[in-house]
Amino acid sequence: MKILVMIKQVPDTATQVKIGPDGKAIDTAGITWIVSPYDEYALEEGLRIKEKRGQGEVVAVALGPDRVKEALRSCLAMGADRAIHLNDPAWERADTLMTARALAAAIKQEAPALALFGRQAIDDDMGAVGAAVAELLGWPCASWIMEESVDEAGKAIRVGRQVEGGLELFDLPLPAVVSAQKGLNEPRYPTLKGIMGAKKKEIKDVKAADLGLTAEAPALSVIKLETLPPRPPGRIIQGEAADAAKELVRALREDAKAI
Amino acid sequence: MAGSFWCLVEDDRQGNPKKVMAEVLGEAGRLASQAGGQAEAVWLTDKATEAGIKQLGEWGAKRVLLLENPAFAPYRGEVWAPVLAELCLKESPQAFFGAVTARQREAMARLAARLGAGLSADSTALALEDGTLVATRPVYAGKLLSKMTWAKMPWLATLRPNVFKPADSQQGAVAPVEKPAVTLPAAVMSLVERREDSSTGLPELAEAEIIVSGGRGLKGPENFAILESLAKAIGAAVGASRAAVDAGWRPHRFQIGQTGRTVSPKLYLGFGISGAIQHLAGMRTSKVICAINKDPEAPIFKIADYGIVGDLFEVAPLLEQEFKKLLEK
Ligand SMILES: Cc1cc2nc3c(=O)[nH]c(=O)nc-3n(C[C@H](O)[C@H](O)[C@H](O)COP(=O)(O)OP(=O)(O)OC[C@H]3O[C@@H](n4cnc5c(N)ncnc54)[C@H](O)[C@@H]3O)c2cc1C
Ligand SMILES: Nc1ncnc2c1ncn2[C@@H]1O[C@H](COP(=O)(O)O)[C@@H](O)[C@H]1O
Repeated sequence: MKILVMIKQVPDTATQVKIGPDGKAIDTAGITWIVSPYDEYALEEGLRIKEKRGQGEVVAVALGPDRVKEALRSCLAMGADRAIHLNDPAWERADTLMTARALAAAIKQEAPALALFGRQAIDDDMGAVGAAVAELLGWPCASWIMEESVDEAGKAIRVGRQVEGGLELFDLPLPAVVSAQKGLNEPRYPTLKGIMGAKKKEIKDVKAADLGLTAEAPALSVIKLETLPPRPPGRIIQGEAADAAKELVRALREDAKAI
Repeated sequence: MAGSFWCLVEDDRQGNPKKVMAEVLGEAGRLASQAGGQAEAVWLTDKATEAGIKQLGEWGAKRVLLLENPAFAPYRGEVWAPVLAELCLKESPQAFFGAVTARQREAMARLAARLGAGLSADSTALALEDGTLVATRPVYAGKLLSKMTWAKMPWLATLRPNVFKPADSQQGAVAPVEKPAVTLPAAVMSLVERREDSSTGLPELAEAEIIVSGGRGLKGPENFAILESLAKAIGAAVGASRAAVDAGWRPHRFQIGQTGRTVSPKLYLGFGISGAIQHLAGMRTSKVICAINKDPEAPIFKIADYGIVGDLFEVAPLLEQEFKKLLEK
């Protein structure tokens, strides 16, 4: 069974992000890059499906500039068999739709049984690319999955989709798109052997033209990035615990009108 | 129709629109009145009720497009997206808004791909500027705000709950109901089972107006009972930091933060939570933030509106008493 895992390289969660000179993108100088955490859950699940079946192939796919190779390399170190890098200036301003079109085209070429995504990429926090790809491919899709099992014949997947107030278990015929939610698994760390082995694995470069795509204008574009409006300074309530509790409740009712 | 600001109805699966629809319809109504149009509701359901339809009218929908069919429940994207797209192509709405809920998040993304349109997911502000819509959305875990705009209509957006001002209910306002004919695509996914979360009797995290949240400072799972008791007294939901979740003290669905839920309650009370940047990502748009932490240097105090430096095991029960006194009055 062939499994494709879509991974995005994003700034480390603890990084301070600064707005770049054009006001529309962040300043990437000095940023530590990581694989978006939800995508690690997706990759881990792909690897587990393969291991459980005792056969198959897990391919990591990323769209982005040259630096993204490093993220793909770490997926290979975790255990992915090979990687595909969608790397073309045509995708420089890729929004959700452009990204989805490119990934859908790559998935179509590879024709896997399963396309795994993260719940959302933690830079744009859009949470839309996976479902958009499913629509473009005409595949069923389950977002925010907490558990899954592929049937023995490799023809269907049963997933638990997180919804308000519970979990919905669905059967999806393959091929299908699913997106990983935290709680699906605990991603492994690459072993030294994995890291060494990753150097020999293939990362294939793919250009827009290879997928029959050309540069297009984004459907949704950034006008500008802004820093957060400062929160008014807070107030530490002093005094004995009993007095402080009393004063806090009074302030919440009378000053903040929050209760 | 140009001027139509559509709102996708989120219901409780019993035929009643959820409270978040007051916010979505309220925002659509405000923008539509500036644009010389009107807010309209689009409702895909297996079962609508008269009371539900009436509610939509009172929240400002000037028309309800009702599609009632067993195929719409449970939500399946391969059924919903083509139907929504067909409606959009027939009627060309100017905008189409949804709420950030499990099904709408996905349905809107599929619809956007089908129409080749832009989607601003999890928006926290919308405004008309020179006749076009501009959305504000938190990005990079809420460290920055991104102002975004669309290349063409319909302007698709999902709205973060508890952020937009709900519509004032107009008693007696009635929305005409239309039942457009659409082609129903075949469902591919099949529902096997629905597992309800064991009911805590407390509100759902994403919808709660007040959230009481606990971190590693609680020291163990049993101590969450202290927060639950406080939460019951004030009608709050109980959330947790990742440290508490990863320690196995609370299920994953209660985690607040970058890799958990994003919440935006009127009041957020954090107990024994340090306020790591990844935690703030999930709660910094809360209106009023309170922190109870024994470490005066804890970063959560930097964004808190009110703080008590102290032992949560001492302060939480005292707060519960004080809240009870206040609410009994
Ligand atoms: C990729 C990534 C994603 C992450 N996503 C999330 C996320 O979604 N949500 C999240 O919360 N975290 C997330 N984290 C983890 C985050 O970095 C912190 O580790 C976590 O939030 C800490 O949880 P905490 O505040 O409960 O624990 P701690 O940081 O250990 O803080 C405990 C606090 O309790 C106080 N305390 C102790 N005893 C008492 C007492 N008796 N009374 C009062 N106060 C007391 C202490 O002073 C301390 O400030 C993520 C991290 C990474 C790397
Ligand atoms: N540039 C990209 N390269 C590869 N996968 C991506 C990219 N952008 C988004 N994805 C995938 O789509 C998911 C959702 O992303 P988003 O809709 O941007 O939040 C991510 O978790 C990834 O699995």
